[in-house]
This record gives sequence, structure tokens and C-alpha cells, in this order.
Amino acid sequence: MGRKLLTEHINVEGIDTFEVYRKHGGYRSVEKAVKTMTPDEVVEEVKKSGLRGRGGAGFPTGLKWSFLAKPEGVPRYLVCNADESEPGTFKDRQLMSKLPHLLIEGMITSSYALGANTSYIYIRGELLYVLRILEKAIAEAYAAGFLGKNILGSGYDLDLYVHPGGGAYICGEETALLESLEGKRGNPRNKPPFPAVQGLYARPTVVNNVESIAAVPVIVNDGGDEYAKIGVGKSTGTKLISACGHLNKPGIYEIELGVPVEEFIYSDEYCGGIWKGRDLKAVVAGGSSVPILPKELILKTAAGENRLMTYESLSDGGFVTGTMLGSGGFIAMDETTCIVRNTWNFSRFYHHESCGQCSPCREGTGWLEKILHRLEHGHGNERDIDVLASVAKQIEGNTICPLGEAAAWPVSAAIRHFRDEFEWHVRYPQEATRPGAVFPGKAVLA
Amino acid sequence: MAKITFDGIEVEVPDGTTILNAARTIGGGIVPPAMCYYTPLKGSGGKCRACLVRVAAGSAKDPRPMPKLVASCVTPVQDGMVVENTTSEQVLNVRKGIVEMLLINHPLDCPVCDQAGECDLQNFAFEHGVSTTRYEEERRTFEKIDIGPLIQLHMTRCILCYRCVYTADQLTEKRVHGVLGRGDAAEIGTYIENIIDNEFSGNVIDVCPVGALTDKTFRFKQRVWFTKPVNAHRDCENPKCCGKVVLWYKGKDVLRITARKDQYGEVKEWICNTCRFDKKETSDWTIEGPAHIDRSSVISANHYELPVLNAQVIADLPESSVRDLEQNPPMRLGN
Amino acid sequence: MESTTAPVKPQFSEAAKAEIDRICKQYPEERRKSAMLPVLHIAQAEFGGWVAPEVQDLVAEVLGVKPIEVYEVSTFYTMFNLKPVGKHVLEICRTGPCQLRGSDELTLELERITGAKVGGGPSADGLFTLKEVECLAACGFAPVVQVREKYYEQLDTEASVNAMLSELRTMVHRPALPWEEKGLPNAIANN
Repeated sequence: MGRKLLTEHINVEGIDTFEVYRKHGGYRSVEKAVKTMTPDEVVEEVKKSGLRGRGGAGFPTGLKWSFLAKPEGVPRYLVCNADESEPGTFKDRQLMSKLPHLLIEGMITSSYALGANTSYIYIRGELLYVLRILEKAIAEAYAAGFLGKNILGSGYDLDLYVHPGGGAYICGEETALLESLEGKRGNPRNKPPFPAVQGLYARPTVVNNVESIAAVPVIVNDGGDEYAKIGVGKSTGTKLISACGHLNKPGIYEIELGVPVEEFIYSDEYCGGIWKGRDLKAVVAGGSSVPILPKELILKTAAGENRLMTYESLSDGGFVTGTMLGSGGFIAMDETTCIVRNTWNFSRFYHHESCGQCSPCREGTGWLEKILHRLEHGHGNERDIDVLASVAKQIEGNTICPLGEAAAWPVSAAIRHFRDEFEWHVRYPQEATRPGAVFPGKAVLA
Repeated sequence: MAKITFDGIEVEVPDGTTILNAARTIGGGIVPPAMCYYTPLKGSGGKCRACLVRVAAGSAKDPRPMPKLVASCVTPVQDGMVVENTTSEQVLNVRKGIVEMLLINHPLDCPVCDQAGECDLQNFAFEHGVSTTRYEEERRTFEKIDIGPLIQLHMTRCILCYRCVYTADQLTEKRVHGVLGRGDAAEIGTYIENIIDNEFSGNVIDVCPVGALTDKTFRFKQRVWFTKPVNAHRDCENPKCCGKVVLWYKGKDVLRITARKDQYGEVKEWICNTCRFDKKETSDWTIEGPAHIDRSSVISANHYELPVLNAQVIADLPESSVRDLEQNPPMRLGN
Repeated sequence: MESTTAPVKPQFSEAAKAEIDRICKQYPEERRKSAMLPVLHIAQAEFGGWVAPEVQDLVAEVLGVKPIEVYEVSTFYTMFNLKPVGKHVLEICRTGPCQLRGSDELTLELERITGAKVGGGPSADGLFTLKEVECLAACGFAPVVQVREKYYEQLDTEASVNAMLSELRTMVHRPALPWEEKGLPNAIANN
């Protein structure tokens, strides 16, 4: 059984209240930080921990913090990205609704480290019920003296607010999130300037994912070095994996980074294998934007080594034979799954969620979806597959924000690994579009 | 100051200058195309991706190449930066792709579009695109909306450069139009039926790079290349209006009036609606002479940059000028 | 109460006004526009589950911004309903993980039972509007439907779907929100 650093007490009765949370060791990191550490010392511990951004990009959190500009007399902000919307990812919602005080504790300790006196949690609008939970918990924290003026007599002041989105995946992109927090359309900004220099209200700002912030109390309590001992190589600590799709036991699992993928899928400690006794066909391991891998390549690398749940192992082989840990949204598909249909679904998502600001994404995501829709509905032609691959390439790398890549990668990867199935849709549309049709294998194309 | 190398040419520009503006100081064929960036409009740029360039070396301090192509219109230069535009195969290919993207949902109705002949998208496609399309899907359409008697909105032609939104925001107090919806359904609109009506509203026509916002008073009157641009000015009573315009003549008639644009199509001084829409008599203006037109533009065909003056203006000229004119007789309007 | 055809300028209830004041204090004074999304959510809850143009104008007035600034936002974010809706809006997740576990079938079933169509107007009895939405971040509990602030999860059995619908059918008023602790304002309870 792996250690649970974040979710150890998640099932304790009343853990969403200040009293019970405090009884289980909650808010110790705030006490330790504001009373015994300088802000820079906190930053140093986070650096030592090797914690990497849990939202998807995996950028080292401590390093991100150290980029924050600190001009004299200018307020700076910490904004928590709770806009969890990447298909396959549902960890932050659970964490916030069950352990609201863990996020709040993390926000206080992190804000202290960054010298922010006002911080925001930007939560996706669909999670208004979680916003209510957080606001209640924040009120408790104020009452207990952990928020507000002169926290625990340290002289440090912090106000913490929760801000709802309105239904837009793009607001998970940090500059779109900041625009949205300013009451505008969620259009990502051109960079530079980066948020660390000009973020919220053009002030220096750090934006961190919920899970990253929630890891800070553990790091401060136990020390960055202790945290770094867990995991493998540069994948330190634990990670929340949102497991979904055709699994016997979908749900949220806190794993020590380094668990073999095979064990994660099949052992009873985790997902308990594929549902209905079926075989596994493919996995999207890190949220819908990362490349899909067929069973052989998700269980073992191209070199035949066991694939592990780490940033490095999952990306072994690059995009040719590998993928990414991403946000930890682990989507398993059984042998009956139609890859074309799934790819179309993901393309529809990115088309729907494109902000429409820059031309390759605005036009390209729609183009991808329309071709895939035709293919899936039996109206494909010989050129479509190559055009798809080419359009995906035309979007990738040429947009204002990473939504372009997020839209392009699933299409490129599906064609890379499942081209036969696409061709089957082109050549045998009647069979391929029959309800419940399952690709019979490469031989049918011979 | 920062020294950069752009397509092999060294240039020194003030710190904070964008790559695009650095290239413009060199000028000529190496300047990246720009469809959404507009120097006088704060916040513009970065959207159309037409101006993407490759940064082969980020700076003298950190000479690594940038991992992705960057929008030259919004990326500031760094000392020692090396930029590739026309010298990069990758950039030229990506640009072809951008043309394709901008055209897949474009109605390609140039034959009936008043912008044809002075359309940035037409020029961009002609210079950087390919002549075929791979797009087989249905093209996007929008419900037509009426934004008043002066300006015609053709949403299907819009490339969402946001210039008209910035113009309304930065020139007037009461912007009533904006970008509504999102993704490829995003559109310029007023949401509830509303007339774009303020003394500077006409400037959105000049900033529009395509035929999405055109002059209703000029609609279907004439192809622009059959009209003759003449610089003129008047003492405008509006203190925010520069009163300096281009009159577009067909014969003796002024068919439309626009602000003056520089070689990159940018208006540097705005004009009010009175000058644009209400002063269509030659007698309203002091004529300066033919406006300069780029030789590569179709408008330059049949356009003579010799003094084109009318009798009233000649009467107002100082004696020395009249003598010059006698030696070099002017073209008569509508010759 | 008799309905009248003359346009009546909408007004927020006292409870909502107090909540809006509280929210606006969360942002720097000159950044009142920041309260745009939270205030639009309140407006939607106050005025029958959608934001009519007049309601959006009211939001603009409250925030001190131009109406177009509200329109730009309300049309960008999918949670704001721009047309009248039924008493309950069923937001059905249609994205990959939910589709893998039967969201397409669920949508057809809900269309069949309620008589409403996805993307169309409310059902004949005025109770339900069906709306397909993208990922609701509940993929492990698919398929999922959201109604206002509540998630209905694992709707892959007849029993679970029926339980949801009968709960909604017997609901007289929408649940009160935290700032409405004294109960729903009259205007809302009556509409």
C-alpha cells in the first residue's frame, strides 16, 4: 500500500470542518511557516521537494515560484487554478469537496511564501456546490485566525476568495483564467509578458493547480527532502490519478509515482482490471489531450520495459511510442471501443472549447471535427486521413495557447497507432458504422 | 537599444520594439504580413498568426532558438536575437497553412465584395497561399445583422482580428459592438439590435482588413481600382478629427472618403463621421494631390501621381504654384 | 398575479443585492468588473434560470460597465442560458469518458422520457430543458447530469434515472442558495 500524503484522512467523518481537520494535524504548516520560516525558506523547501505542477504541464513548482517578480510596493497574487476541465480528470473536485481545508491551508502557506496578501481560488462554474463548501471552510479559517489580519500574531495578512468560472475549458489556461477573473471573455493572452511579471490586474502573479497547492503543507511539515524521497527520479511525491472509462473500479487514487501501469490497471488495490471481463484496447493516460496508446505500448515501452506511472516513463519514446502523465486523467478503453468515434468525440470537445481568438485553432479545430464526424458516420474518403494528420500539424505549435496542441495531439496519435481502423471506416463504411461495430483487425483491409 | 539580425540583415532598434516593427524599419519584401496587428490600437496583434517567424537565436545572452514560431507583432526583440522570416522554409510553409485556415470558412465572394482590390486577406492569400483548397465541408454562415445606415457588416468575411473592437473602445466612450460567442461561432455583433453610432464609428471601416465592415454609402458603387485617390483636408470643427482624408473619385464625383493609411495599411490619424460621410463635394475640401498608391496594388493601375486639381483649388493657390502648374499642366479630374 | 406585456425593468431581490455587495468587495475597487461571472450566476438564479437581455443590462448597471461587456461574456461561457428554459435544465455530459459509459444512450432516454430535445426548447409540461455539455469533471462516476448546483452521477440504470427525474418533478421551488437562508425571495418562489 502506497503512502497517502494528501488523502490520508479523506474519509474521516467531518474532515470538511475546521475542528476535525485541525484535530488531524491540519494547519500545522501555516503555524510552522509564519512562525519559524522566512518566505524564501518555504520556497526553498518546495524547490527541494521536486514538486511538479499537477495541472498537466509538470513544470517544477518551486522554480515557477522563484520567477515571481517582486517590485517594491506592488501587490502580487497567488491564484489557484481549480478550473479542472480536461476530460478524464476529476481529482481536484473530489479533493476540494472532501478536504476543503487542505487546499485552504496550502493557499495560506503558499501565499506566505510568495508574499501575496490577496489570493483567489478560480473554480470552474459548474462546481458552484464546491464553491459553497470552500467558502464555508474559509469562513471557519478566518474565525480561527488562520486568515485575515495578522495571522497567528505573525504580522502576515491574507485574504482568500473563491471565484467561479462560467463554463469554459479554456479558462484552465492560466492567462485565460486571469482574463476570466477580471470579468472578461476567457481569451488567452499573448506571452510575454508572463503572469509572473504581469498577471492578474497586470500585477505579478503565480497560478498553481489545486493538487500542487495541496501538496505544499506536506512539504513544509516534513521538509522538501523527505517529500523528494518518494517517487522515482524527477517524479517525486504522490499523484492523484483520476481513473475512468472501462475500468472495474473507476475513481481517484493517490499513488506514489512509480507504480507500474499494469499494476495500476489490474491490481485490486487500484482499478481492478477492465470491466465485463473484456480486454484492454487503449489508454489515454493523462487527460484527453495526451496521445492515446494501444495496450502494448501503455503496459510496456517500445524497448520492452515496464511502463511506470511517472512523468519520465510515460513519455519514454516521445510521441512516437510514448505519451504523457499530464493531469493524471487516466481513461481506459476496452476492446469494443471505436477509436474513430472516441477521436471524433475529443475533437468535438476541443472545437467546442476553442476560444476562437487565433486562426489555426478557431478554424482548424472545426475542420478536424467535421472530417472526423464524416468518417465516423460513414462518409469518409481516401484523402481524409492524410488531411486530418496534416491539419493537426498545421495547428500544433502555431497558436496563442496550448489548446492548439491539445486538439491536435489526440488526432495525430489516434492516426499514428490506429490508422487501420480509420481506413476501415473509409473503405467499409457500412460495417464500421453499424451500431456496436467492433474493428475486426488489420486483416479485413488486406 | 537592441541589435538584431532579421533575414540576415542587421538592424538596431529601441528596447521593447516588436520583431515586426524592427522588420518594418528595414522595409521591403522581408516584412512579415500582419492581418490583426495595428500599431495605433493598443492590445491588437497575436491573433491571426500571419506574422509568425522563427527565432533562431533568442538573444546574445541566451542564443538558444525559441521552441515554437512566434508572432512577430507581439514579441519584443532582445539584443542579439536572430530572426528568420523569408529565409525559413518552415515559416513559409506554416504561413501557407495560415492562409488555408483563414480561407476555409471565407465565402470567397471577392467579385461582389467592396473590399476587393484593397483587401489584406486577398493580398495575403495571393502572396503567401496556394491556389487550391482541401476543404470539403460546409462553410460557416451567420445571421445577418443591421448595424445602422453607415456601415455594412458581412460577418462571413470576418477574420476576427478584433481591430474594430479596439477602435470603438479606444476612440469612443460608448462601444456597442464586440465579439460575441466563441470558437468558430464567435462573431462581431451588438447582441441586441443596436446601431453603431458615434462620431468616430466610421473608422472601423478603415481598420477592417477584409470586407467585413464596409462603407454603406459606397456600397456597390464602384470597384476601388476604377476610383482615383486624392489627398485632401479641411478644417474640421471636431477637435479629435484630423480633417486629413483621401477622396476617392470617379469622374468628378467623390464616391467615398477614407482616412489616410501608411504603407502598412495603418491609419495614424482618425477622421470623424462628418468628414467621412457628409462632405462628398470637392468644394468641401482643400485638395492636396493624388494619394500615393503602392505600385503592387491593383488600384495603382491607371493611377497617375501627377497633380490632379480642380479650378477652385487652383484659384486658391499662391502665384508661384500656379506658374509651376502652367509649366506642368495638371491632369483634369476624371480624364 | 396578472401578467403584463409592458416591459418591466428587472430588479435584484434584497438578498441578492446583499450577496452582490459582498462579492464585489472581493476585488479591488476599480476592478468591479471582476465580479461579472459571479453576478451573472446570481442573475440566472434570480430570474428563472436564464439571463434575458434586460437582465444582462441590469448586470451591466450593477457592475458599472457597458452592456456589450456583459454580452461578450454571457455568450462566451456556456453556463449562461440566453433563451427561456424549463423549470429544470438537465445538463448532460457528452464528453469521451461519459460517452464510453453510455451518455449517448442516456441522452436518448432523457429525450424519450421528457419529450424535450437536446438544444431545443423546454418539454411540453415546461419542466425540463435538455442541454448537452462538455466534461463536468466527474468522469469516474459517468454518465453524469448536472441540474443547477447538483450532480446526478452513475445514471446508467433505469432506477437511477427515474430517481433523478422524480426528485426534480416533485420539487416545488429550486433549493435556496446560501444567501437566501431566510428562504427564497417571494418573486423567485412564485415564478
